[in-house]
This record gives sequence, C-alpha cells and structure tokens, in this order.
Amino acid sequence: MEKIKKATRESYGEALLELGNENKNIVVLDADLSTATKTEKFAKEYPDRFFDIGISEANMMGVASGLASCGKIPYASTFAVFAAGRSYDQIRCSIAYPKQNVKICATHSGITVGEDGATHQMIEDISLMRTMPNMIVMSTCDDVETKWAVKEISKINGPVYLRLARVKTMGIYNEDMKFEIGKAIQIGEGKDGTIFATGITVEQALIAKDILKEKGKDIRVVDIHTIKPIDKEAIIKCAKETEKLISIEDHNIIGGLGSAIAEVLIEEYPKKLVRLGIKDTFGKSGKAEKLMEYFGITAKEIIEQF
Amino acid sequence: MKIEDNRELENMAKKIRRGIIEQVYRAGSGHPGGSLSIADIMTVLYFYELNVDEKNIKWEDRDRFVLSKGHCVPTLYSCLANRGFFDIKELENFRKIESNLQGHPDMTKVPGVDMSTGSLGQGISTAVGMAIAGKLDNRNYRVYCLLGDGEIEEGQVWEAVMSATKHKLDNLCVIVDNNNLQIDGTIEEVAGLNKIDEKFKSFGFQIINIDGHNIEEIKSAFEVAKNVKGKPVAIIAKTIKGKGVSYMENKVEWHGKAPDEEQYKIAMEELK
Repeated sequence: MEKIKKATRESYGEALLELGNENKNIVVLDADLSTATKTEKFAKEYPDRFFDIGISEANMMGVASGLASCGKIPYASTFAVFAAGRSYDQIRCSIAYPKQNVKICATHSGITVGEDGATHQMIEDISLMRTMPNMIVMSTCDDVETKWAVKEISKINGPVYLRLARVKTMGIYNEDMKFEIGKAIQIGEGKDGTIFATGITVEQALIAKDILKEKGKDIRVVDIHTIKPIDKEAIIKCAKETEKLISIEDHNIIGGLGSAIAEVLIEEYPKKLVRLGIKDTFGKSGKAEKLMEYFGITAKEIIEQF
Repeated sequence: MKIEDNRELENMAKKIRRGIIEQVYRAGSGHPGGSLSIADIMTVLYFYELNVDEKNIKWEDRDRFVLSKGHCVPTLYSCLANRGFFDIKELENFRKIESNLQGHPDMTKVPGVDMSTGSLGQGISTAVGMAIAGKLDNRNYRVYCLLGDGEIEEGQVWEAVMSATKHKLDNLCVIVDNNNLQIDGTIEEVAGLNKIDEKFKSFGFQIINIDGHNIEEIKSAFEVAKNVKGKPVAIIAKTIKGKGVSYMENKVEWHGKAPDEEQYKIAMEELK
C-alpha cells in the first residue's frame, strides 16, 4: 500500500468517525476549532454526539468530565496550547484527579503549527501532562499509528492526553503493524546509535538513519509513542546495545521526551544523552519546514552527531 | 429517607450543622462559615429533594449533586453520613491521613460524591456535562449544582452558564449561596460583584430568589425549578455565613478556621 504524507490530525478525524460507528458511548467535544482539529467529520455524521462548546476550553474539559461520570467516553479536542495550557487546572482537578474517562486529543502541537507563531506553538505540553498523576501521555507519528491510538485509548478507563500535529509527515507503518500502549517501537538494529523520537520527529530520525547508512553508520530509531508510562526496558536495552544516544522532539528540551528518557537513564543505566529539541525558547512564525530547520529538529542535526 | 415535615427538616439541619462543627473542630481546620450557610439548602436536597439511594449508590437514574464550592464539603459529608451513605463515625476523621474524607470532595473515595471539586468554578461545568448526558440518554434525572457567590467571580462559571442555556438544560438547577462574604471581604468590595440574579437572567436562566434558610422557600423553589421547561434555573439563595453559630454569623474570619474547645462547646450547645 502506498504511504502518503498526512497530518496526524487528519488521521484523528478519520479514526473518530470509525470509532463513533463502533461505540455509541463515544462523544466528541470541540471548542470552535472543529475544522482544524478535524472533529468536523464526526460532527457531521453524529450531530447528536458532538458538542461544540465554543471558545471556552476550560468549560469544555469540565463538561467532558461530567459526561464521563455518566458513562460516556468523551474525546475533547482543541489546539495543544489551549488544552494543556489554558485548561491545565481543569484537566488536573476535574479529569486527572477523579480519573475521569476523558480523552484529550490535542492537535497543533509544537512549533510545526507554523505561521500562527509562538502564541499558538505549544512546546510545553508533554512536560505539563506527564507530571500530572493518573495521566497517560501519547504522541503518535503517522496515520496507522494515530488511528490505532485513537481507537485503543477508548478501551482504557481513564484520562489520556494524545498529542497530534498539523504538519504532514510520511507514512511509516504498514496497516498490519501491532502496537501496544507503553511499548516503544524499535526500527532497525544498528549499533552506532539510537535516535529516540516521538510524533513528527520520527520521520526526521528515519531520514537520518537512511543517510547515515550511506555514510557507513548503522543506527536505530525508537518511536516513543507513549511518553507516559515510558518504556524503560526499551531505553535501557538501547543504552546498553548502542554507542550514542540522541533524543529529538518538537517540544522544549526541558520536561519533554528527552527529559523523560534522561530520568530513566540516570536511575537505571547512566549514559550521555544528546537532547535535540526547542532550546527553552518560544517559537516564531514561518513555514513548518523552515521552523524545524531554524530550531534544529531535522535529520541534519541528528547526522551532525556522527 | 424522605422527610416531609418542615420542623423535622429544621431539626435535621441542626444535626447537619452539629456534624459540620464536629468535623472542623476535630480536624483543627476546615471551612465552617460557608458550610453553615448552605446547611439548610443541603438538608432539603438530601432529605427531601434528591432522588438518590444510599443502598444503590451508582444507580444510573439517580439525581446528581455537584458541590462546586468544594471547600464546604463538611456539609456534604454530614448529609451523606446522616443519610446512610457511610458510617457517621467517619466524620470524626475528616481531613486525617487515614480517612477517605479529604479536605475537598473526592468522588473516587467517598460513596455518594458525584464529582471531585475544589478548584473553584469547575463544578458547574461538570454539572453541565451530567445534564447533557441525561438528555442524550433520555433519562429523567436532575442535576443540582451548588456555587458560592464568591466562586462565580471565576470566568469558567459564565462559560458553563452559556453552555447550559445553549443546550436548554432544564434538568439543571444551579443554586448560588449568596452569603455575601469571601476571604478578603464582601463580594462587592473584593470583586465588584452584585446583581447576581440579573447576571444569570441575562444569560438565559430562569431566576428564583429565596431566603436560603427558610425550609419552605427552599422546597418550593425546587418545585418551581422542576416545572421550568427549555432553560436552566438559578436559585439565588440569600444566606448568612456561619448561620446557626452566633459568634460565626456574618464574620468573615470564620471562613476557614476551626473553633477551639470552648468555642466548640458553645457552638454545639447553640445547635442543640
């Protein structure tokens, strides 16, 4: 099957539509961004189970919590900056603390939001969400993985934060790929280095892998689609088996994927880790691809490490 | 366990108030002022109005209650314990490390608590969600949500109010405990808050103004609310912070502190 370039928000919208047909308890909430988050597909097909709460994200999280307490499985969507940022305390008090079965599906994460600039580029959400007790944090990298995740999280009874992107990335997995929440995916067996990536940076890691191969360096890529609970075993295994360790993320290097990996390494198998990501600075307007170059989260920065 | 007689409800309200003082005194901390101001409303809710069953706690068709002003949880615990949701002896352990009776309500720990609250302004959104779920499933349960007047300074309350009107939630009844005092002073002084009824009305709510310590008025307000169709109801209940304990009444310093032994004895005597 041909793998086309696609944004994970698109896959989210399509998966929701299928899920809505399979499970009548699924309800979807949005905060006036349904055309951008792609919940509009669900809204059109299941208008009775779609609730546009308006530009009031804090309220949306609370309404989702109330719906969950009555047996519904709410998927609450908005941009990552308004989900994890603006509604932080609502997620904390009304969703995470009471372990409500709410799926927060946040699109437009990271600097790859692009032209809207820093106010809309959420680079702190992994950090905010993974330090919250009871919260599962996921970040998917392609169409197949995203569709799996959207459906799989409906089977868990509890809160989940799913991080999605606006920018289009290439297809990575085949339809028959088997995923498991909390289990990282190792691509390749290279011993020269491990690139830990999540979300849109998995594509960059794979590009780097191919280029390095031509240069005689054999590396592996580890797709960490579940950032919490993180796959400790996979991290320790790679630390033992490979020479260099690098993490790459469309997120602040403080508190995100790199930090989560570093926490495992320092306790279990101390070893140097190079963290590629946004270096504790706000983003800026521009084309997503240009911003990735500007902030240094492309294959080039990975290759430079070898 | 429905109490029809007003005198008996008044007696129960006294018992609920004794439970509040008992909890806060034994814990050495808590919020007696606002807990006492909602005691009559909550007594009517739990012993007259709410369709709940202490023997079938998670009953899907039960009425829901959300204490949005979660710090006044001693009243909720007192009502639940007296109604038989859990052993009344447990009230002695309020706010203690081994107890399920946390400083703010935790729905995962306490039987009969429908929503965890504590951070102000959030409970009403969850109540809106519960009311929407009721409509979605064609269930006849009602959702009650109690807010503090200071609490409605939170912007989220008005976001939720807008949603309630949009979704025509006539199964939602909001009660505002209008005791006029918050930690730093009166609601007017602190936040310029006034004309609460007009604010709700302008958002599309049906308004009912009552004396929040008059059992008959509380009962009839709930009755009127049930018959309103196509829009949510807000009952604005005029109350006295610290009601029932003479030295606490209208004294903002009793917002969040516990009585000492002598004060405890006086309070319990007054609430006999």
